[in-house]
Amino acid sequence: MVSSRHPHDGPASTAGREPRKGFSRRTFIEGVGIGAGAVGALGAPGGAQAAGAEVLGPDPVPITLNINGKNHDLEVEPRVTLVDALRNRLDHTGAKKVCDRATCGACTVVVDGSPVYSCTMLAIEAQGRRIETIEGISSDDATMHSVQSQFVEHDAQQCGFCTPGLVMAGKAIVDGNARPSMAEVESGLSGNICRCGTYVGVRKAVYEAARGGRA
Amino acid sequence: MATKYDWPAADDRSLIGKRHARVDGPAKARGAAKYSYDRNLDGMLYARLVTSTVPHGRIIGIDTSTAERVPGYKGHVNIVNVGDEVQWVGAEILAVCADTEEHARDAAAAVAVHFEALPHWVKEEDVKKAGEANRVQPAKDDTKGPDLEEAWAGADETVEGYYGLGIITHCCLEPHGQVVDWTGDEITVYASTQAVARIPADLARGLSRDESIGDVSADAVHVITPYMGGGFGSKFNIDTWGVACAKLSKMTGKPVKLMLDRDEELMVAGGRPSDYGNVKVGAKKDGTLVAYESETWSTGGIAGRGSPPLPYVYNNEERLAQRARHLNVSTNIGPARAWRAPNHPQAAVLTMCPLEDLAAKLDMDPVDFFKQNADLTARPEVYRYEIDKCAEMIGWSEKWHKRGDSGSGPVKRGLGMSLHTWGGRPHDSTCEVRIQPDGGVSVNLASQDLGVGTYTTLSVVAAETLGLQIPDITVNIGSSKLPISGASGGSTTVGGTTASTRRATVNALEELKAVVAEALEVDAADLVAKAGKIFAQSDESKSLSWGDACRKLGTRTITGQGKQPDREGGKLNDSGVGGVQMADVSVDVETGIVTINKMAAVQDVGLVVCLEQCESQVYGSLIQGIAYALYEESVYDQATGKMLNPDMEFYKLPGAGDIGELEVHMVQNKYDDRGVIGIGEPPVISPGAAISNAVANAIGVRVPTLPLTPDRILAALENA
Repeated sequence: MVSSRHPHDGPASTAGREPRKGFSRRTFIEGVGIGAGAVGALGAPGGAQAAGAEVLGPDPVPITLNINGKNHDLEVEPRVTLVDALRNRLDHTGAKKVCDRATCGACTVVVDGSPVYSCTMLAIEAQGRRIETIEGISSDDATMHSVQSQFVEHDAQQCGFCTPGLVMAGKAIVDGNARPSMAEVESGLSGNICRCGTYVGVRKAVYEAARGGRA
Repeated sequence: MATKYDWPAADDRSLIGKRHARVDGPAKARGAAKYSYDRNLDGMLYARLVTSTVPHGRIIGIDTSTAERVPGYKGHVNIVNVGDEVQWVGAEILAVCADTEEHARDAAAAVAVHFEALPHWVKEEDVKKAGEANRVQPAKDDTKGPDLEEAWAGADETVEGYYGLGIITHCCLEPHGQVVDWTGDEITVYASTQAVARIPADLARGLSRDESIGDVSADAVHVITPYMGGGFGSKFNIDTWGVACAKLSKMTGKPVKLMLDRDEELMVAGGRPSDYGNVKVGAKKDGTLVAYESETWSTGGIAGRGSPPLPYVYNNEERLAQRARHLNVSTNIGPARAWRAPNHPQAAVLTMCPLEDLAAKLDMDPVDFFKQNADLTARPEVYRYEIDKCAEMIGWSEKWHKRGDSGSGPVKRGLGMSLHTWGGRPHDSTCEVRIQPDGGVSVNLASQDLGVGTYTTLSVVAAETLGLQIPDITVNIGSSKLPISGASGGSTTVGGTTASTRRATVNALEELKAVVAEALEVDAADLVAKAGKIFAQSDESKSLSWGDACRKLGTRTITGQGKQPDREGGKLNDSGVGGVQMADVSVDVETGIVTINKMAAVQDVGLVVCLEQCESQVYGSLIQGIAYALYEESVYDQATGKMLNPDMEFYKLPGAGDIGELEVHMVQNKYDDRGVIGIGEPPVISPGAAISNAVANAIGVRVPTLPLTPDRILAALENA
């Protein structure tokens, strides 16, 4: 199942900095409605510092992300989401930013084995976790994962913008269930939206990938 | 008269009309396909728009002083100026850029725009109220056919009803936008567009309007779009944000990325006009349709727009008395853009729904009614065949029951149908095919693949023509420096590009045959290219493999040119198709929830090039149809003038589990001699009417307006 939940275990060790006076990024974050994520990372409102919690930002902080088995060092402001860190800082553009509100699944990546919406996880939250992106699934056409080759086999894509998210969701279904029923496939894909209307092929592709090929 | 360019006869087709894996499939499945949104150039800046927060107002002040102090701020350009009017929430005011996306958002949020509020109006369904607000303009009043008064007097049964469907938005998953890299005299634009060849002139014109920029030549603009994430009719132009993005790139000397946010995308970069109306239809006792009269109204924003072709499909001007009046309602909402099959889905609802109501009143099976009246359509034979085929696919004769006669339980099942038509003529297209001495073949034209399968169809055409396989062909599209080809709109791409590619490939092959004829000492006219070889028909021992044939070129590259239109070019394409769709739904009359059990679609498109991608267009259309029939609608609030659901939580689209079983049948080997006709629009027209008719059949009452949300189902039952 694709989940919009994201863990709030807090960041791994990073250098904290005092909030800067003047233009407030935190106000901005709350203003655009991703306050919950910011609160999770930056501490509960009205007591973070009082409770002795570490306060990060608003300036960039150094972080390390483990992506497809490789460590990447980068500096991001604490408010930067995982999808923006992947796309804007690391040129991992397979995950797409579409709704930016944990609705459509186009930004789906796998973190510690579970699919998550990377638009709703902060990059600093993803430290110390195993992040798997579509780029890590196969390096060329010849080594495609069975979910990917079944997407091609069943023409499960049109414009293709939702496809990486659907492939990641499909792979998570197959990884977690060797013989999912069609209802389980539909349920597992329910967190992903396609606008062109490729679901007929996508359902078949994921169903058949679990069974080793086209029926 | 047959020409050398004609499509191969059915027996000679090894690739055309067959199933093929999408050429660009692996790149997309691997996330390796680079879209405009994915371009990260060295030193690239990020830009955001500042947009109107009022539905109608005059700008009395723009204060960027705070924004200019935001860390990372690099510059801004005005799109409109103080004193200008804005006509909808989300209207573009200025664009600002910064070193990071976060800083660009900060800077945009820090811009203060002050408005003098002016009166606004955003509602059109209650046309009387809109009229009182002085927002209604007559747009059309067409009377055709036999005398209407006499026809009504002669009708044995009539139905009068209210029908309609709300505004929807395109919601392209890749939003509108681009990366512009203005370096010296070269402007490179990675644009999310369905009109690669049109953007250079559009951008040059937009830039040249700015005196501080001066004249910009379209030749200086290079558009690069190998992949794009959905257009559906909304991405033909560079738009104000594209011009602003280019100006920011010139101003800063850096590449700039400006992609719309989701709320902007839904509010201002998409929009299909609504349509509502009162319709009256009449027939003889035996089911012969004699009269149709409608008064409809719609809005597509401040300019109105969106007059549906009524009556739809059943519109014979000799035999059907008909009058269609239309009113435009002017509203302060984002302006409409062409949405797949403009005005046709609305016309289908406003025709096929009243006709099914009439069939019910006549106590007739709709299949019989629609077939009996097929002579009132432009394609009686096509529709009769398709109605029978579709009925067989959905099990109509076993499952259909009279309206409302669906048992005593809370879940009612019903069937409904609709017919549609579309043109799908070919657009203008120029193609150059190259054959290299190493055997390589490339197809080159400034077209684009919106996800419909352009890479695949052109590979198939070239490979079929040369006796090669799909992987032997390289298709180069998505660059405006290639030979010019039309914008992808109105289902015109497949007809235009396959014709130019066929002609270019035939011409290139002729040159190669001349070289081979000399080497084999045979007549070039005796040579055929088939199964990877070029050989003499009269003596197959005189043969060269494709590779050996091309090696005879030495260092010479063959280029073949092909054009559409070309009066000497044979019958490669046509215009005008018919399609029929049927829906099988269940409606829970306690919750109002509609479930799709199955939809069946039968579609004629002349000669099918790639069967699998053609079917995918129809599957996708059925799903987009289910979306506008049951889920999606742009909702506006009159008090604030704002769209209430410019996001993907509340702008509802179906998921993989919401679409039921879908079955598609492409009509093949029946109308192949018409040539290639477009498929993008036609199948998206009928789903709304077919589903609405199925719901009426299930619950016994008409739910007047789409989307058929639970509240509307329950209200219709309550009012019955």
